[in-house]
Amino acid sequence: MTESQKPTPAQQLNFAGLSRADYRGAQSTLCQGCGHNSIASQIIAACYELGLKPEQVVKYSGIGCSSKSPTYFLGRSFGFNGLHGRMPSLALGGSFGDTSLKGIGISGDGDTASIGLGQFKHLVRRNLPLVYIVENNGVYGLTKGQFSATAERGLKLKKQGTNPYLPVDIAMEALIANASFVARSFAGDPKQVKELIKAAFSHKGIAVLDIISPCVTFNNQEGTIHSYTFGKDHEDPLHEISFVPARDEIMVQDFEEGTVREVEMHDGSTIILKKLEADYDPTDRWQALRCLQEAQEKNWLVTGLLYFNPEPPSIYDLFNLPDEPLNRMKEEQLRPAKSVLTEINKSLR
Amino acid sequence: MAQKKIVPYWKKDRKQSIVNEFAMAIATINGSGSATANNILLRTLFRMGIPVSGKNIFPSNIQGLPTWYTIRASAEGFVGRSEVDDILVAMNPASIVDDIRRLAPNGVLFYDDDITIPTTREDICIYPMPVKKLSRSADVAPALREYVANMVYVGVLAVILGIDLDILKQTLTDHFHGNEKAVSSNYGVVTAAAEWARANLKKVDHFHVEKSDKTGGCIMTDGNAAGALGSIFGGVQFVAWYPITPASSLAEGLNENLPRLRLDPKTKKDTFAVVQAEDELAAIGMAIGAGWSGLRAMTSTSGAGISLMSEYAGLAYYTEVPLVVWNVQRVGPSTGLPTRTSQGDLTQAYFLSQGDTRFIILIPGTVNECFEFGWKAFDIAERYQTPVIVLSDLDLGMNQWMTPEFVYPDKPFDRGKILWEEDLEKIKEKWGRYKDLDGDLIPYRTVPGNKHPNAAYFARGTGHDDYANYSEDPEVWEAGLKRISDKVLSSRDALPTPIIDSMEGAKFGIILMGSAELAVEEARAILAQEGLPSDCLRVRALPLSTAVKDFIQAHPRNYVIELNQDGQLCQLIKLELDCPGELISVAHVDGMPLSARWICEQLSAREVN
Repeated sequence: MTESQKPTPAQQLNFAGLSRADYRGAQSTLCQGCGHNSIASQIIAACYELGLKPEQVVKYSGIGCSSKSPTYFLGRSFGFNGLHGRMPSLALGGSFGDTSLKGIGISGDGDTASIGLGQFKHLVRRNLPLVYIVENNGVYGLTKGQFSATAERGLKLKKQGTNPYLPVDIAMEALIANASFVARSFAGDPKQVKELIKAAFSHKGIAVLDIISPCVTFNNQEGTIHSYTFGKDHEDPLHEISFVPARDEIMVQDFEEGTVREVEMHDGSTIILKKLEADYDPTDRWQALRCLQEAQEKNWLVTGLLYFNPEPPSIYDLFNLPDEPLNRMKEEQLRPAKSVLTEINKSLR
Repeated sequence: MAQKKIVPYWKKDRKQSIVNEFAMAIATINGSGSATANNILLRTLFRMGIPVSGKNIFPSNIQGLPTWYTIRASAEGFVGRSEVDDILVAMNPASIVDDIRRLAPNGVLFYDDDITIPTTREDICIYPMPVKKLSRSADVAPALREYVANMVYVGVLAVILGIDLDILKQTLTDHFHGNEKAVSSNYGVVTAAAEWARANLKKVDHFHVEKSDKTGGCIMTDGNAAGALGSIFGGVQFVAWYPITPASSLAEGLNENLPRLRLDPKTKKDTFAVVQAEDELAAIGMAIGAGWSGLRAMTSTSGAGISLMSEYAGLAYYTEVPLVVWNVQRVGPSTGLPTRTSQGDLTQAYFLSQGDTRFIILIPGTVNECFEFGWKAFDIAERYQTPVIVLSDLDLGMNQWMTPEFVYPDKPFDRGKILWEEDLEKIKEKWGRYKDLDGDLIPYRTVPGNKHPNAAYFARGTGHDDYANYSEDPEVWEAGLKRISDKVLSSRDALPTPIIDSMEGAKFGIILMGSAELAVEEARAILAQEGLPSDCLRVRALPLSTAVKDFIQAHPRNYVIELNQDGQLCQLIKLELDCPGELISVAHVDGMPLSARWICEQLSAREVN
């Protein structure tokens, strides 16, 4: 049993003085065993452990089973469940009201890789600070089991026949679009999901988490790549990942020398990657792409932090924004003086 | 109302002296850089105190196709479109045959003497202009020669018509912001052409301009620039847009002016952000996100763009997010005539999204109103927590109009019913995002960043109850949607009221909207002279004011004049107002602004029968 699954006493308070209950949402209405529920639990756990206050987090989603899930965590956070495939634009605009807040966007494979591929790639290109989670199950659940754009060629589904098209690889698309944080994970590996989410919240830019999240109702047949059994049998983690917030001291003695990579984040926190079979350097974009390509060829589910680059400016850096949130500004800051209009009138004579 | 007898522009006697009255077409090739010359000419006339308008009739193309700039001067102030050209400046060999054919009887032709002119017209006055020769003498790099060549016709026109060269020079200086090199090279060509004209041309036509006093208190600009400035004075904080003709210059105006006008007075930091989106879907999505997060947010678009925005508009309507959308209308359906004007999006805008929706529409009819509605739209959007669509059009948005000076907002911001931490503390009842606590149909909203433990809620485009919880309950759905619809309708008399102009002994009423104003005003003056005085109401907003109903009922017949095929305003009035008055649709669209002549013909024919 991993640490995150250990029961936490309700009265136990975190760094922010809040209990785990303060991070819960409404009761999930998704299917029993849905990977999305597991991810929602890890979002709760990650925020609780990070000590983020619910009012510091804003949730966004599109349309689909995945996009329903923001109701099931952080019930005290603002959230906006928008349109199918259009969550990125909503999140971008929504983030400008108060750029000190942390955004988390929940999308699905249909929402991101089919109808929303354009907005997804443009959001990545703009490097909006946002934890962008794709709950990827290769199938449309809410409309009852049609192929999505991440379904593998040859997948057979009840009523749908055989999928004739090649899949879209969301992590690859993110890398090609110059995402500054790209990870792949598996809902059946909650510890890794949680640590990745924690790291993603510390990133000053877009953090794309492509999480294979099996649909137990429509696409969980043995051997299909979005199923629990495939994930369990074929998961190939690049490293064991742990996130250490800036406020905590890193206990290097916990690790044998040469067995870990430490990745510094801009806010002073650290991602510790414990080497497994081979050393993996997450700062090499080409290696990340190669790794995904090889995994595809060998039919592995490669998971972990594929790529990280703390350097690129975020969209906020492109503006000369003040510390004061824009949405708290007053009329005297927003309406130019009468004399300004007099000058304008004069210039138009 | 002018006391002097008005001669309709299509009945002008061009064999007698005519002062400050003409319609001029300057025919050039697009991409040849005539914009500066045309603007200088127009603004010089304006500064001479002569009422003028300037319209660019341009192709959807960058270089090589025919384009026309039309200037209408009118001592009476009637500067709507004239389909008759009194004066033609012919710089384009490709269009000259047709251009000359359109010239009015006894009209005037100025032409580039490089072009061989057809000799089909014997009634016109003709002035050749040695454009190449005169521009060759200009003190500019050869690459710029083609641009300054257009100053040749400015100089020749100045001499033949009597345009004041001192005012012209000052106008050039202001245009180039005092850049001496640019002023002297351009003005050099103007004076060389003027000298040549004085020495070589004998005035044979009867058109003159004289200094006048009819533009006092007025400015000259276009509606998109005015809309951008109005939005800035309205405190716009977030703009997302995607390029599309004829709306682009509105967003570009924001981009240009926000950094200049809207740094925080204390910190000198930006109080705004402008994002060019990847398409219109994203543009409105970003603006809705920003509006939801408590910013004064807007987007601007046209044509296909507004269709793409329709889904998102419905989300904002149902989740009650304030937002301003400018639609600078062009001719549809489909790509249609992207560089021509229309009022064809009214019905679409009013019911923009799927399901039962109804949007607040503001319809500016003058450039001044583009400024005014620019700031007012934010107050209305935030008051009613709903998208406000400002329906402008290409003619208003992109052409030069004289207009009274912009007036500084006479009201402070209305941020509507928004709750911050201290406000939530004071609220006794249980707050719910969609709960109508005051019985005025408008709930209170909170925005991200509000740290009060009760502040947060989950907005969604799916069915929701008073507390923003998901609901499929039939009663909850019906009551929720009805409240929103009633809320929007309740705005009708708080929106800009119709402008009514009455004449003694009016025989009928005229109803119009937007930029049809000038053509209708001129037509009414002419019709009144012919024994057909009328009252007139210009609609400025939807939902329709109750004053529209009163007006209709006060007249035996009401003509609804508009620039679209189906008579959309007429249809909406019939649909929305239960009134027994007679409504007659007078509508057409061909891409050109309405003209007084067309309106006079339509109404005279109907009144005779």
